Amino acid sequence: MRLHALMLTLFVGLPGWAQDNVSTFTLDNGLEAVVIQDTRAPVVVHMLWYHVGSADEPAGKSGIAHYLEHLMFKGTDDVGPGDFSRIVEANGGSHNAFTSFDYTGYFQRVAAERLELMMEMEADRMRDLRLDRDDFATERDVVLEERAQRTDSNPDALFREQMRAAQFLNHPYGRPIIGWRHEISDLTLQDALDFYDIHYAPNNAVLIVAGDVTVEAVKGLAEKHYGPIAPTENLPKRLRPTEPAQLAARRLVMEDERVANPYVIRSYLAPRRKQGDQREAAALSLLSALIGGSNTTSLMAQLLEHQTPPRAVYSSAFYDTLSYDDGLFSLVVVPTPDRSLSEAEADMDTVLQTFLQDGVNSDKLERLKAQIRASQIYGRDSLMGQAQRYGRALTAGLTIDDVAAWPEVLQSITEEEIMAAARSVFDLNNSVTGWLDRADTETLEMNQ
Amino acid sequence: MILRLFVIAVALFPLTTRAEVDIQEVTSAGGITAWLVEEPSIPFMAVSIAFQGGTSLETPDKNGAVSLMTGLLEEGAGPYDAQAFAEAREALAAQFRFASNRDAVEISAQILTENREASLELLKQALQTPTFDPEAIERVRRQLLAAIENNSTDPNDIAGRIMSGLAFPNHPYGLPEDGTAETVAALTREDILETYRAVFAKDRVVVGVVGDVTAAELGPMLDDLLGDLPPASAPLPPVTDYALEGDITVQDFPSPQSVVIFAQPGLSHKDDDFLTLLVLNHILGGSSNARLNQEVRVARGLTYGISSFPISRDLSYLYMGQFSSTNAVVAEAIDVVQTIWANMASEGPTEREVEQAITYLTGAYPLRFDGNGRIASILVGMQRQDLPIDYIATRNDKVRAISAEDVQALAQELLDPEALHFVVVGQPQDLALTE
Repeated sequence: MRLHALMLTLFVGLPGWAQDNVSTFTLDNGLEAVVIQDTRAPVVVHMLWYHVGSADEPAGKSGIAHYLEHLMFKGTDDVGPGDFSRIVEANGGSHNAFTSFDYTGYFQRVAAERLELMMEMEADRMRDLRLDRDDFATERDVVLEERAQRTDSNPDALFREQMRAAQFLNHPYGRPIIGWRHEISDLTLQDALDFYDIHYAPNNAVLIVAGDVTVEAVKGLAEKHYGPIAPTENLPKRLRPTEPAQLAARRLVMEDERVANPYVIRSYLAPRRKQGDQREAAALSLLSALIGGSNTTSLMAQLLEHQTPPRAVYSSAFYDTLSYDDGLFSLVVVPTPDRSLSEAEADMDTVLQTFLQDGVNSDKLERLKAQIRASQIYGRDSLMGQAQRYGRALTAGLTIDDVAAWPEVLQSITEEEIMAAARSVFDLNNSVTGWLDRADTETLEMNQ
Repeated sequence: MILRLFVIAVALFPLTTRAEVDIQEVTSAGGITAWLVEEPSIPFMAVSIAFQGGTSLETPDKNGAVSLMTGLLEEGAGPYDAQAFAEAREALAAQFRFASNRDAVEISAQILTENREASLELLKQALQTPTFDPEAIERVRRQLLAAIENNSTDPNDIAGRIMSGLAFPNHPYGLPEDGTAETVAALTREDILETYRAVFAKDRVVVGVVGDVTAAELGPMLDDLLGDLPPASAPLPPVTDYALEGDITVQDFPSPQSVVIFAQPGLSHKDDDFLTLLVLNHILGGSSNARLNQEVRVARGLTYGISSFPISRDLSYLYMGQFSSTNAVVAEAIDVVQTIWANMASEGPTEREVEQAITYLTGAYPLRFDGNGRIASILVGMQRQDLPIDYIATRNDKVRAISAEDVQALAQELLDPEALHFVVVGQPQDLALTE
């Protein structure tokens, strides 16, 4: 009973400080800015996110968004090749960049007193990149090595790539972020510059500064360094090819001699969080946690891993609420060695049927909501995590208001809404089911 | 042009930011010591606990016992079975993490202020009264066996295991951290209990706490959480003898790329020259601007990334590095690494390189103290290394006192291109398979 009393205290409304530390402003040239104040340490994270990712690439040029991200370190009219990185380091900072389907981002983590220098350099490379042909070719080799390391050497990564390609017939989410190898090999300097000229502009970017700063100071610096950059007129709308109606469940089987534990994975097309309309995504988010969010208390874990005899060594469900266009709700089951992939797939279906029949376990839902509320408190411990949350949401087409409303939306979702979302998403005609199996071979002999 | 001037002007003035972390030492009535940083601005606390010893306490026939035991701590404890324990933790919205490595079993927890007492009580059950229920043992054993199977086809893991086995043939450090399929399958409940008793005792426990809690509150919490543990754990094994000589070991593996790790003897973190080694490493392979990455990645495009790093464990001191390259060019990449290593050994770094490395290392240091969880784990690391409680305030002065001659002398003394041993896992061209 003690636990129950504690639960009640957890459900009192949001404490006032939950959003107090976040401010926003927009410059005249269209640059949107978010400032997250946290004075615990004299540190600042400076991030610039562009509303462009691999799903915005022209056909036949897969990988250009990510490749351009690499080239952004090759120098400008004012900063020599490689100097960006050297200057950040000379100031005690660390930095990196990332590319996804819907965004490309750059960040530095430095002492708060060095924020202006970071901003000056990031603003400089928004328009003034200078590339030469040698740099370009060598860096393309680096990207091919990156693809070899992350994807081509890894059967799981290759399989995920095939799964997405099967799921998205027409939408560019079916192409890998890093690009198909044969297309990366053919990318040219002009491809990179064309992409850069169109998409890198203040009215296509979000500035995020988190740490020991005030919004007034950030605004002054942003006006000084980003303010003079002219916006791109007639910025193209992000209109990607859309999916045709799916008429049949899709299936694929891949075999690889390097597969250690065969598994079955299924993805369903699933709606995303939309501006002012986040309830269905919130319901799906809770659904994925209830079905496969814990290796002890989720329904899949209870029915497959904690059964006698056990049916799976691992199971999980995952759903990413944030994407510019509709994304995926996925389930995975790694069966015990004595069970086949066909049995594992049947087990997965049994879990889904059980859920649709029995409905939501109310106690579980309450515990889940308590954890979500706590994650708002724990989440404040990481500057980078907070900055990323805003960057990802804003580049997925949401607003600051949507981000602010999200925790309350999650808390207010009913069992009925979760069931409705489940009935809607678990449609085999919106799915791809994949088996990743071990290829029988005698060439792989590990003596270690 | 304005930008360039500003950049140069800045580079001349090192950062003035100081690392200010106010650490208190708290000793409970029962004699348990913890390092504490009070940080009331967010209503939770981060707790980090390490029991020194880790998988190095294993014998070859019980290899994997520490990993299996650690994985069982929250799979049933006190009155709870695995389900009830997880449900209780979820209701309190507490986060617990149990992990083992070569030198320690580590527990980290994040606990809301409003649920502090009940959350600590639950954590105590996991630490002091794990049930090691037979059904849970079989479940976690299955997971561990699946992980071992996964590792057996992961070229990074294969390379690491080959290197450990060759470097420390007669020491627990030479064993795989998770055990082998054979040893894990053979572990009994009695083995797990024995392992639990070998690890969990008060003589080698180290605690760091950061967050919404005062020193006065912490003392009784420590006694509640750890006070009932037995006084002494099992003895540690001796310091290792490094058994490797310079060579290239090649393991065939079907992949378009080869994974390469390389090693030579390093220095203990307790050595007077350890900070000098950090400066040297920053120049040689510790950053994207370091010589290795500049030559192998930036200038030649032979890899996505290469780095080097001193690995100072409690019982061994290695200087290691790693990268991956397409099979056709990996031999060339190894050649470049050997040349850079030899160059640094004979010429040492330039004064300018040392100056830049020191600017970076001293500027970056204060930036790591920016989160309760991060700081709690740093507090544990400092105590495990026997650093004084005021170390954070003095560390940058120690780094600034390092001269170019110091780094050059260390490069000459420590770096040994002849001793560099490469382990290559893949199908490299122009490198012979090792028998």
